[in-house]
Amino acid sequence: MIPAEIAAAATDLASAGWLKVGTVHDIPELEGRRTTIDGHKVAVFRLLDGFAAIDAECPHKRGPLQDGLVADGCVTCPLHDRRIDLETGDVIGHEGEGVAVHEVHVVGDDLWVRLATAVV
Amino acid sequence: MNAFQDSASSGREPAPDPALQILIVGGGIAAQSAAEALRERTTDAVITMVCEEPRLPWDRVSLSHLLIDGGEAEELQLRPSTWYEDHDVTVRTGVRVEALDTAFRTATLSDGTTLTWDRCILATGSDALMPPIPGIEQEGVVAFRSPEDCEAIQAAADGGRPAAVIGGGLLGLEAARGIAARGAKVTVVHLMDRLMERQLDANAAALLAPAMEELDVEVLLSKSTTQITGARGRVTGLEFADGTSLEADLVVMAIGIKSRTDLAKAAGLEVERGIVVDDRLQTSAPGVYAVGECAQHRGMVYGIVAPIHDQTQVAADAVLDDPAARYDGSILSAKLKIMGVDLVSIGAAEGSGATVENREERSYRKLIVENGKLVGAVLMGDIKGHELLLDKVRTAHEVDDALALLAEASQASAADLPDTAQVCNCNGVCKGEIVQAIQDHDLGSTAEVVARTRAGAGCGTCKPLVKEILLDVRGGKVDENTYLCACLKQTREECASAIREGGLESVSEVAAACGTGRECGGCNPALAYLVSEVNGNRHREERHARYINDRVHGNIQKDGTFSVVPRMKGGKTTADELRRIADAADKYDIQTIKVTGGQRIDLLGVKKEDLPAIWEDLGMASGMAYAKSVRTVKTCVGSDHCRFGLDDSMGTGIELEGMLEGLYTPAKVKLGVTGCPRNCAEAYIKDIGLVAIEGGWEVYVGGAGGTEVRKGDLLCTVATKDEAISAAITFLQYYRETADYKERTYTYMENRGLEAIQAVVFDEEEGAALRERFHLAQAAAIQDPWLERRKPVVANQFSELDTDAPVYGLAPVAGDDVVAAQHAEPTMAAASDQLAITYSEPATDPTTGSTDR
Ligand SMILES: Cc1cc2nc3c(=O)[nH]c(=O)nc-3n(C[C@H](O)[C@H](O)[C@H](O)COP(=O)(O)OP(=O)(O)OC[C@H]3O[C@@H](n4cnc5c(N)ncnc54)[C@H](O)[C@@H]3O)c2cc1C
Ligand code: HEM
Ligand code: SF4
Ligand code: FES
Repeated sequence: MIPAEIAAAATDLASAGWLKVGTVHDIPELEGRRTTIDGHKVAVFRLLDGFAAIDAECPHKRGPLQDGLVADGCVTCPLHDRRIDLETGDVIGHEGEGVAVHEVHVVGDDLWVRLATAVV
Repeated sequence: MNAFQDSASSGREPAPDPALQILIVGGGIAAQSAAEALRERTTDAVITMVCEEPRLPWDRVSLSHLLIDGGEAEELQLRPSTWYEDHDVTVRTGVRVEALDTAFRTATLSDGTTLTWDRCILATGSDALMPPIPGIEQEGVVAFRSPEDCEAIQAAADGGRPAAVIGGGLLGLEAARGIAARGAKVTVVHLMDRLMERQLDANAAALLAPAMEELDVEVLLSKSTTQITGARGRVTGLEFADGTSLEADLVVMAIGIKSRTDLAKAAGLEVERGIVVDDRLQTSAPGVYAVGECAQHRGMVYGIVAPIHDQTQVAADAVLDDPAARYDGSILSAKLKIMGVDLVSIGAAEGSGATVENREERSYRKLIVENGKLVGAVLMGDIKGHELLLDKVRTAHEVDDALALLAEASQASAADLPDTAQVCNCNGVCKGEIVQAIQDHDLGSTAEVVARTRAGAGCGTCKPLVKEILLDVRGGKVDENTYLCACLKQTREECASAIREGGLESVSEVAAACGTGRECGGCNPALAYLVSEVNGNRHREERHARYINDRVHGNIQKDGTFSVVPRMKGGKTTADELRRIADAADKYDIQTIKVTGGQRIDLLGVKKEDLPAIWEDLGMASGMAYAKSVRTVKTCVGSDHCRFGLDDSMGTGIELEGMLEGLYTPAKVKLGVTGCPRNCAEAYIKDIGLVAIEGGWEVYVGGAGGTEVRKGDLLCTVATKDEAISAAITFLQYYRETADYKERTYTYMENRGLEAIQAVVFDEEEGAALRERFHLAQAAAIQDPWLERRKPVVANQFSELDTDAPVYGLAPVAGDDVVAAQHAEPTMAAASDQLAITYSEPATDPTTGSTDR
């Protein structure tokens, strides 16, 4: 994409409720980093084939999910090892528990996130 | 469905009925056992389990583990989540069955849905019995049944205030022991004049009370609690009928259980103390069965696990219309799971028979014989042969000479047990089943036997016997290798050879070479260790394979902040270091400053983003208190100052810590060096301990001072400090190369045996080779991971997207002298370029985030 296209896309995204949270270089492969959107903490992960974003706080005892181990499409909470599916937000083995899954979009090198409608 | 095609083609049989719908209400041990018993018999039935608890079935028997060690109920899960998928059992957790309609065979659930069923098994278990003592509703009065109870008990016990446990049975004693283990003062209050009166006779009970008191549990007998006193809604103590009282900020009620019968009662089933069942475990409603602690059979409500497995076997047969299904009741047997107090009671406790008592060893063994048949046994202090005796009680064995039988039992080895003898009471597994499984599936390790048969997967007290049986069946040829991870299906040794032979340098390569195609991620940290160890620390670091602790070199705390523990070799520090620590504590608003058990200082509550800066200000090396690594060498002052000191323990400890600094190990390794056998530095209970003696040094290995206390094994006695250090590093390297991940030295020693280890460590050639590999690994190790503040593996290792954390790793800043001094140490010849060796340069293209060269 040429810079002009990126700028145009950015204007569109911003008006559709997206927020630029950083660049793709800010998150190493298979790691996560936290961002805050409207006071809501979100963990953004870089997977082998793209990005994922979920609530940053573990539903168990608010463990920082961005610091978890990422593998097999899940993140494992660093505090007590609950495994959370990055696609659905479900806590594996704990039906009914879960976190919100947010949208991620990459334009050029920029990383855009939009909160799931349920939490807006 | 195949059956349909079969019948259509053969044209003889009528079309089969639609699959039987079986509903299991509950999600405890009984529900799980019922599901397993059904699946063993049929793959056609549709099985649905509805469980009120928000978690998959877990092992309530092991609740004490949660109390003592902390942790989560999920760690005690009976079966991994994949089991339910693999066995086609639908589990709905966090949902309650609100109502049953036995006429229309439906169930209404708390989430508003309705299920239909053809057969229903009630496994609703029980609640703790909470009698109407005045004051029981106050805050601080809890039961001991759920993980939530554990959390409440822990919170109260960790406050250090006195606690009381009402009830001197198995459960009460276990709860009290757990509270005492957390360091709180605790008293067991019992109504009767002796402990465990239902399982023990007076003699055994008389030995039990002092044994409990030795574990710091006070025992008060013949006390009837009349009032739980309180202030502002919180408990403050107990008042007894005899006018005395007891101060307590926590009261644990452990006097018994109350079957959960509400659902059954509302559905119109016959209910007394429990849900009444017949000999087919069927309730008064046809098609509805009950098992476990909610069921009452011939007037009995059982409160232990073994009968549950007997019941679910019969119930499964009955549910599937086997006319032979019949349950005659179970023999009660109880085993106290308190380390240091060995106690088993089987069947009847009172009556005549034979008794052997050894006051010195505080053991008491008694058999009870009625009409020439064995009906019970009480074993205290020495419980050898209890499996054999349980079997003989079950089969109502004829006894002529009870004393001879006692003697036989104390000699019994695994080989002598009959196939019918129950080995694992938690999961109801007999010796015969274990032998069969070993033969049928060619099992070679205890772990495999446990995984296949479930024997030993409950409270774990029978694992030694499982191992003995395995040894017996395999004629001693047991390889205790266990898979490094289920997703790899390879042992540690197999992975290690793959790394060696394939020249693999990173976790991704190992996973690709050894994996089954789906990395679970759980084993990544283990692989990260292995790949670094085999490559002598000349591996390719992949940060995403490490726990957060090892990515940012701090210990993550429950609020997501980190702790910072600088290295203080041998526990020796300087005024200048203390000043810097104090200044840093002020500057970074440290929540808590704590002197650790490892003789250094812990600064708690540091934000991830602040880590590089505080390290810079401290100008000290990382103590690696967050990693599976060499932690500390604890020392006493020794001959420098102490009038008893035989040698320079402090100097030796500092030298040793300098040599070991920065080495990762399979599990944490703590060392101690003490100047004389008075052992002020606790070297006897360290992973490696050096003790100065008259004319030389002793080296101990495999000591432990944690949940388990174990004195180390004497590896050797040598004349000089240098020889002692050499023995220590040779042992350490052997441990680094051969132990399983997370295997502490004390289990390592027990699994391998001292002699086997000595044979390798003191073999001239092998010893020299080990030392050479040690030095190679050490030369390439990062002595101080905190230097990453200047040269991070990834530039933004410590920042979040929403913080403006400064980017570290630019120009060297203040405190460089410390680093320079460190690099100048002779053992670190390679240290000046250590960053370049182990870590490649931060990748030129930071998008990959990896560290490819
Ligand atoms: C601390 C402790 C130590 C113990 N130690 C031993 C020991 O060493 N040896 C031994 O043999 N036994 C021991 N026991 C006893 C043993 O744990 C119990 O006998 C066993 O767990 C009972 O299993 P259960 O499935 O019948 O009942 P529970 O474990 O009570 O399970 C019942 C389950 O059903 C759920 N449920 C109830 N009603 C409904 C409903 N309407 N809808 C949906 N779900 C529902 C409950 O939430 C619960 O999950 C110990 C118990 C404790 C508490
Ligand atoms: C996640 C769990 C744990 C954490 C975070 C933790 C943390 C620590 C820390 C920071 C220290 C100080 C060590 C040092 O100065 O380097 C320490 C010391 C100690 N820990 Fe733990 N620990 C944990 C689990 C355990 C367990 C399971 C045991 C027992 C089996 C244990 C037993 C000890 C002992 C005995 C000491 C004192 C060591 C000494 O005197 O040298 N710890 N722990
Ligand atoms: S262990 Fe011995 S030498 Fe060391 S301080 Fe204690 S008494 Fe002194
Ligand atoms: S806080 Fe995430 S598992 Fe406990």
